[in-house]
Amino acid sequence: MEIRVNPTRMELNRLKTRLTMARRGHKLLKDKRDELIRQFVILVRENKELREQTEKALSGAFARFLLARAAMPIESLENALMYPTRRLSLKVTRENIMSVYAPKFEWEETAVTEEGGIYPYGFVDTSAELDSSIETISRVMSQLMELAEVEKATQLLAVEIEKTRRRVNALEYVLIPQMEETIRYITMKLEENERGALVRLMKIKDVVRASR
Amino acid sequence: MSTYKIAVIGDKDSILGFKTLGIDTFPVADAGEGLAVLRRLSGQSYGVIFVTEELAEELKDPLEELNRRFLPAVVLIPNSRGALGIGMQNIKQKVEKAIGADILFRKEG
Repeated sequence: MEIRVNPTRMELNRLKTRLTMARRGHKLLKDKRDELIRQFVILVRENKELREQTEKALSGAFARFLLARAAMPIESLENALMYPTRRLSLKVTRENIMSVYAPKFEWEETAVTEEGGIYPYGFVDTSAELDSSIETISRVMSQLMELAEVEKATQLLAVEIEKTRRRVNALEYVLIPQMEETIRYITMKLEENERGALVRLMKIKDVVRASR
Repeated sequence: MSTYKIAVIGDKDSILGFKTLGIDTFPVADAGEGLAVLRRLSGQSYGVIFVTEELAEELKDPLEELNRRFLPAVVLIPNSRGALGIGMQNIKQKVEKAIGADILFRKEG
């Protein structure tokens, strides 16, 4: 399919500039896509590993938490966990990965209690499973934050890669072939006109010569 | 630079342990409640929201929308019934979407 245009020299020139522009854009976008994919692969590998680790740790912690819940009356469990011992403050900065902005988390935990322990309760009426469950969760926290960061970055990158690939394909398979086709059409039309003009001149010359 | 908060949404049994760490916990019983909480939180200054996989399965579309935004980062966590593999599945889908082929899990499958 060609673009419908007037077959004129001006149009031809204009199309030729557009074509070189499109080719350059195509090359740039292709480079961008390749680099994005490279970054994405690195991050997604990390993502997978982190998720495996945290999932394992957290599942264990939750299983023990369930045991603790079974061993203790629910009221005393809730009482034990009523007050947080930590205060988390999260700071977010932006990280630029190939002009994709991904959040980078910086977090800080401050102890609320004086002793600074992670357990908000005394050890008298709680079960040991609860202790180990809380301990694991608090240990896993930094991994979880890292996971959040990496996962967000890969999500955003995936979206960007898809977008870039669409653009590359649109240029490569639609816009550039279309323009090439149209340029061919115009050149052919112009040559045809030229030939037509030449033939006309020769004919006129013949007529003039015969009438003399 | 402002500070952000961290939240966890899921069934009560699973998320109670997070409370002691200073994370805001939002126990929900079903998906409808979860959606309401999620909507509310996404409008506030939460930087990271942890959601249990069980709940996330019911809230696919709203979560997908959040995934395209800069913040908050939604992270799926297993709950007390163990990991369902949805978080992993999501990674796999991401890879397929971005690259067009599964390069991470190919050896296992």
